[in-house]
Amino acid sequence: MTSLVAFSRRLRRYYLLYSLGFVAFVGLLAVGERFGLTPHWIGQIFLFATIAIYASIGVMSRTSDVSEYYVAGRRVPAVFNGMATAADWMSAASFIGLAGTLYYAGFEGLAFVVGWTGGYVLVAILLAPYLRKFGQFTIPDFLGARYEGHFARVVGVFAGVLASFVYVVAQIYGVGLITSRFIGIEFEIGVFVGLAGVLVCSFLGGMKAVTWTQVAQYVILIVAYLVPVTILSYKITGVPVPQAVYGRVLQELGVKELELFSEPRENAVHAQYRARADEYARKIADLPESLVTERITQVQRVNELRTSGASAREISVAERALRDLPHSPEEARLKWEKVRQDSLARSVNPVAHAEAFPGNDAQSKASARNNFLALAFVLMVGTAALPHILTRYYTTPTVREARHSVFWSLFFISLLYLTAPAYAVLAKWEVYSNLVGSSIATLPHWVASWARTGLVRVEDINGDGILQLAELSINSDAILLLVPEIAGLPYVVSGLVAAGGLAAALSTADGLLLTISHALSHDLYYRMVNPHASTQRRLVITKSQLLVVAVVAAWVASMRPDSILFMVGLAFSIAASAFFPALVLGIFWKRANKWGAVAGMVAGLGVTLFYIARTHTFFGGSMDAAWFDINPISCGVFGVPVGFIVTAVVSLLTPPPSAEVQALVDFVRLPDGEG
Amino acid sequence: MSDTDTRRQAYWRATLRLTGALLLLWAAVSFLPAWFAGELNTVDFMGWPLGFYMAAQGALLVFLAIVWFYAQWMDRLDRRFGVRDDR
Repeated sequence: MTSLVAFSRRLRRYYLLYSLGFVAFVGLLAVGERFGLTPHWIGQIFLFATIAIYASIGVMSRTSDVSEYYVAGRRVPAVFNGMATAADWMSAASFIGLAGTLYYAGFEGLAFVVGWTGGYVLVAILLAPYLRKFGQFTIPDFLGARYEGHFARVVGVFAGVLASFVYVVAQIYGVGLITSRFIGIEFEIGVFVGLAGVLVCSFLGGMKAVTWTQVAQYVILIVAYLVPVTILSYKITGVPVPQAVYGRVLQELGVKELELFSEPRENAVHAQYRARADEYARKIADLPESLVTERITQVQRVNELRTSGASAREISVAERALRDLPHSPEEARLKWEKVRQDSLARSVNPVAHAEAFPGNDAQSKASARNNFLALAFVLMVGTAALPHILTRYYTTPTVREARHSVFWSLFFISLLYLTAPAYAVLAKWEVYSNLVGSSIATLPHWVASWARTGLVRVEDINGDGILQLAELSINSDAILLLVPEIAGLPYVVSGLVAAGGLAAALSTADGLLLTISHALSHDLYYRMVNPHASTQRRLVITKSQLLVVAVVAAWVASMRPDSILFMVGLAFSIAASAFFPALVLGIFWKRANKWGAVAGMVAGLGVTLFYIARTHTFFGGSMDAAWFDINPISCGVFGVPVGFIVTAVVSLLTPPPSAEVQALVDFVRLPDGEG
Repeated sequence: MSDTDTRRQAYWRATLRLTGALLLLWAAVSFLPAWFAGELNTVDFMGWPLGFYMAAQGALLVFLAIVWFYAQWMDRLDRRFGVRDDR
């Protein structure tokens, strides 16, 4: 006990020094920028310096002890486990994507905020203390012990690996995106740089190294998230606490929205986009003839320009348009349909930011509301079932610390989630009030530099030389990265944000990779194939699995799968319907048995996967087949109740679990030692 | 049934009562304000429309309070029933 207190004090000192050192490092770079350090160098220094920090923590924490490798020796104090969980939890999607999602979706995007935090209540009161008392190494461990045998364990391994793998691919993809944009290396190389960053942390020291790296990564990511928005808030409102004052800005934004949405020029632009959408609809309907006509007109245009002695610039634009013309009717259909959808979206006003459940009639309003509630529910239950989060609570010294640790996790996570809506509102206010309505010739220079990456697009469709709201499009992933430039901050802040995004992606990837490799090496190999394997052998197997999984994940990420965000959404539904009922009933209902749990897990997962296949276009389904208009991303909303019901019914129809298992349940319910 | 057993059963019952109550509170905070968000949005709360505020901040603060309260209350139960694991 006393040694733990001393350990905790020492950690606090180390991390305080580390945080101060990091702030000094950023300050030094800021001074360097004054003296002419170029953005290119700042980006590189940021990324390599932070990866070097993670690597040295990883090397310092190397271990060959099984308990340290799997659960960090179970001596992580509550506060530090909270920080590590927060870093583990907040992925590239939370860090980079959430602000942009909220920017565009307004109120509806808040389902993510509620869902990704509310799940911790379930973790705290239903799972964490009991899993800590159980005190093994993985989540399938619990399923295997509680539901007697390998069947439940295998289903657990399958669902856990499935959910974690799609998630880890998304993280490595995010790393590739950040490194390629900020240090200008190729995306594929960026992916493997990221892979190296992940492996140096986890390979030598397993959970121990990952834990201490994640704490370091949390510090960087939260500083990087808070700095730009705090400065922006100070600029707009005069108060540097965005979370407390953005309500006022939201009010003014509401007024501004009404003004913009009824502006005559804005409406004229809408009409032009609608006309373009109709034109493309016609062209798509007339395929393949329309493609031929299109090509002939464009060739004629190029020739005309050449003979009439137009400027070289005009000619090259026309030539490029001709070159970019689709080569086959199928390609044309896809490309033109995209343009049609995009034009259609620009032909109406966006939803008012604070409006709950927009819709033209009572039915569409109700459908929006149901989807909001379903999404929040799935994200909450999914949070409480993702194995890489639950295993973090195996690492605290006691049950009591596990309970407090969930509080600290949620506290550190909330710092980001309370800020994300402020980001969206403040950025939107800047864009609506300063950018829209200004002359296109005098737009700030960041617009042009981001336009080159294709993430920001400006098109003067009505040719009046003034930017209308509908003429501007910003990629939702770019919103967060843009805020430092919108606020006119030095480049060092942009570099900091990139380093934060990298920290968020790497820390989550670390946790996920460990979960996958542990499930394969510990649950499949050690528990089922070779229970007599030596410690040495188990660690060798784990490390080689880690390597294999990491390389496969990087390989999949380097192919840039389009549907990555959709798959991440699925990870929550998969985890929720496969794990949540079996875990909760395993603790709170002694009568739940092997057959019930296995049937419940399979049925829950089955319903979830069936619903996705039925409704998502990716699998050839359609929303016409939806139940209660629920979107495929929330499919777990059907799988979870089915899982509970099937587990209960099948358990009652089959014999109760053995006395041993009942004793195990009593054992996990009480914090102290004896069963 | 021994004395320890009754004590342990009483501890578990107390835990269940607390868990049930907090779970109800969690469900209420997660879903009720969202369900009535349209109506709540007509109320102004320090500049925010109330429905928006509840989803963006209010619910989070209540979640934090629930988890904090649970940890504190369970510490007390552990001591009262003598089942602490870090003596």
